[in-house]
Amino acid sequence: MSDAPPDNGFIIAPIPGFGPKKSWTERLTKGLAKTSKEFTEQVTAVLTKRRLDQDALDELEEMLIEADLGPAAAARVAAAFGKARFGREADENEIKESLAEAIAAELRPHEARFDPLRGPKPYIVLFVGVNGSGKTTTLGKIAADLKGRGAKVLIAAGDTFRAAAVEQLSVWAARSDTPIITRPAGADAAGLVFDAAARARAEGFDVVLVDTAGRLQNKSALMDELAKIVRVLKKADPSAPHETLLVLDATVGRNALSQVEAFDRIAGVTGVVMTKLDGTARGGVLVPVAEASRAPIKLIGVGEGIDDLQPFDATAFARSLVGLPAR
Amino acid sequence: MFESLGERLTGVFDRLTGRGVLSEKDVDEALREVRLALLEADVALPVVRDFIAKARERATGEAVVRSVRPADQVVKLVHDGLVEMLGGDDVQGLNLSTTPPTVILMAGLQGSGKTTTSAKLALRIQKMERRKVLMASLDTRRPAAMEQLATLGKQAEVETLPIVAGQSAPDIARRALQAARLGGFDVLILDTAGRTTLDEQMMGEAAEIARIASPHESLLVADALTGQDAVRTAKAFHERLALTGLILTRTDGDARGGAALSMRAVTGLPIKFLGAGEKIDALEVFDARRVAGRILGAGDVVALVEKAVAEVDHAQAEKMAAKLQKGQFDLDDLAAQLRQMQKMGGMQGLMGMLPGVQKVKKQIAESGMDDRVFRRQEAIIGSMTKLERRKPDVLNASRKRRVAIGAGVDVAEINRLLKQHRQMADMVKSMSKGGGKGFARMAQAMGGMMGGGPGGLPPGLTAPSNADLERLRALGGGQLPPGGGGLPGLPGMGGGGMPGLPGFPKKK
Repeated sequence: MSDAPPDNGFIIAPIPGFGPKKSWTERLTKGLAKTSKEFTEQVTAVLTKRRLDQDALDELEEMLIEADLGPAAAARVAAAFGKARFGREADENEIKESLAEAIAAELRPHEARFDPLRGPKPYIVLFVGVNGSGKTTTLGKIAADLKGRGAKVLIAAGDTFRAAAVEQLSVWAARSDTPIITRPAGADAAGLVFDAAARARAEGFDVVLVDTAGRLQNKSALMDELAKIVRVLKKADPSAPHETLLVLDATVGRNALSQVEAFDRIAGVTGVVMTKLDGTARGGVLVPVAEASRAPIKLIGVGEGIDDLQPFDATAFARSLVGLPAR
Repeated sequence: MFESLGERLTGVFDRLTGRGVLSEKDVDEALREVRLALLEADVALPVVRDFIAKARERATGEAVVRSVRPADQVVKLVHDGLVEMLGGDDVQGLNLSTTPPTVILMAGLQGSGKTTTSAKLALRIQKMERRKVLMASLDTRRPAAMEQLATLGKQAEVETLPIVAGQSAPDIARRALQAARLGGFDVLILDTAGRTTLDEQMMGEAAEIARIASPHESLLVADALTGQDAVRTAKAFHERLALTGLILTRTDGDARGGAALSMRAVTGLPIKFLGAGEKIDALEVFDARRVAGRILGAGDVVALVEKAVAEVDHAQAEKMAAKLQKGQFDLDDLAAQLRQMQKMGGMQGLMGMLPGVQKVKKQIAESGMDDRVFRRQEAIIGSMTKLERRKPDVLNASRKRRVAIGAGVDVAEINRLLKQHRQMADMVKSMSKGGGKGFARMAQAMGGMMGGGPGGLPPGLTAPSNADLERLRALGGGQLPPGGGGLPGLPGMGGGGMPGLPGFPKKK
């Protein structure tokens, strides 16, 4: 695969990720290294070489809150950690292991795979989320990945609202040499999605990736529009969408919970993608999100490169978060 | 989803019976709730700590204003503290240089809304300040970012720098500066690529652009949805770019927006604008009060309380309180309450000040429950004789017919009003038996009556939470008679707030 330069005159910096391959766990650890460094330094500074008492646990809880776990999950993790370690002294590694385990235990029930190649064809995937969460980029990365695995992929540029959204997606389509269905700005997204589903069936595509415009979950008119897209999609294929991925930005705080709830209610979310985990010092928001969401976490993004979007693995994630190497 | 601070505090203070001065223990307990509320609102922990320390100083020993619930008082105190920390009423506009072009640098994380905000800002400057604006995108990373700005420029009728393929960001900055000078532009807005604060290379590029352009304003565009990371983001950008202000985007979402407080507290920079919608003109001047209310999940409840205080006729309120104490509540009292509600802007006005009730509003409108109902009920009471108003029991069928003709309504509507009055009167009676203290709890009981469950409209006009909203929603959908009739909600509405009214702090 090569990133053939598109001929539409956009300036594109070469994107990372097309270079030499690194192993996934390596990427995860590297991506989250920035996330974990300060957090683990703080934690070990407070907890090592002293008997674990209530003060230390309270401090740990505060650090967890600062890592965006939210007050409730922070209290739970701190308590679980305290149960395992209370009254004892421990070295840095033991502390990290216990903490990783406490976090992994919170996350493990919420882990699942995204596998569009095993299922009905065409497998229709809908990407939803608020503005700027990374829907288009995530879709582009998935398209490239599926293409690389030999699948026949169709992209539907359902974001007909934001200026240049179609152009942005076209660049991604060109990079992965994937056909794309577009309509002029302001056109009806539902109609476009219907056409995409029909064409995919007629031409034997394996997967249809449907981008949608970003919308804030409290805007009822926009959410109604999303409901319409789902409704119309079902007319083309009653079993569609086979997957509805909610793309969440890791820098978002407690509002992530509200996003999960609202998008699930309107579009029936089947999987959560958490992006930009590398960009912030806070990966912890994944914990309350996992808990609040009916749908499991399926993918996480830990970098800008195409290979930095990866299946979610609770244990590996928790270990990376506290700065431990993968087992 | 989240309890509002008002609700949390009500829980705390319900257990306290003593009145007089807020004890240290009361304050501690209340502040623990404040802390949680702020954390739930995404205010960064270090900022929360600072704030709590200050609030403790102020709250301890504060005299409890007679009859105002301590919970309300603490909410007010916290609210005022937040407003102050957010910069108070001091509004800071843009610093436009006298020697053009004024250069404005827009920076921020990926997906924070820089490009859209650049266009909004350009439109605003061009429209309100009547200056000629040029925009240039320095985003060489995100596919079609430049196209996006160009498209937005067309929408806003603001000129954008022609795109030249393959140029580096610093080169584009130089070209933009030259174009702005030669083209006689007053303002140049530079939209930079989104970057993660931890990406040294990108931060270095931003710093270099700042060095080349030496901007008059360097604005950090930040998402109101940001969590605990807000502090780090603001700090990191401030260190490298010497920011002059903040713009908070997506304030039209339902996030509490604690990030605003965090960023302001850490950098000391003024928040200059709020992005509040997808449309290109949705950029608003920052309003500390609104943001503070948001953080507390209280909408503009403080304004509501203040309004109530301002509008209430104290002499009348005292008189009514005295009557209520004796367990009396006649139709004249009901009429007074109806008038009071209308004075405060009626249903629409009251609802408008409560947070996030758009849906409820719609439902109320659909159910036909509006201010006309209040006016009609007032008319019914006005059509009665003095005796009838004092002793509704004398209203027999023929009297009712007379009143109905006088008020221009059906007899059924009179019956509904009477039933409603009877419920309220019963409530007043049973409360008065509990002694004076009963009235404090009365508001809650009445609120409960309204929703049919525990709660209903929050008593005493405290902040409603989303949970309340759900209840309200249930009320709107389920309990309101279609076609606008008896207003079963009224006892809770008027009664919930009004018996407490004598206790509002007096305006001096």
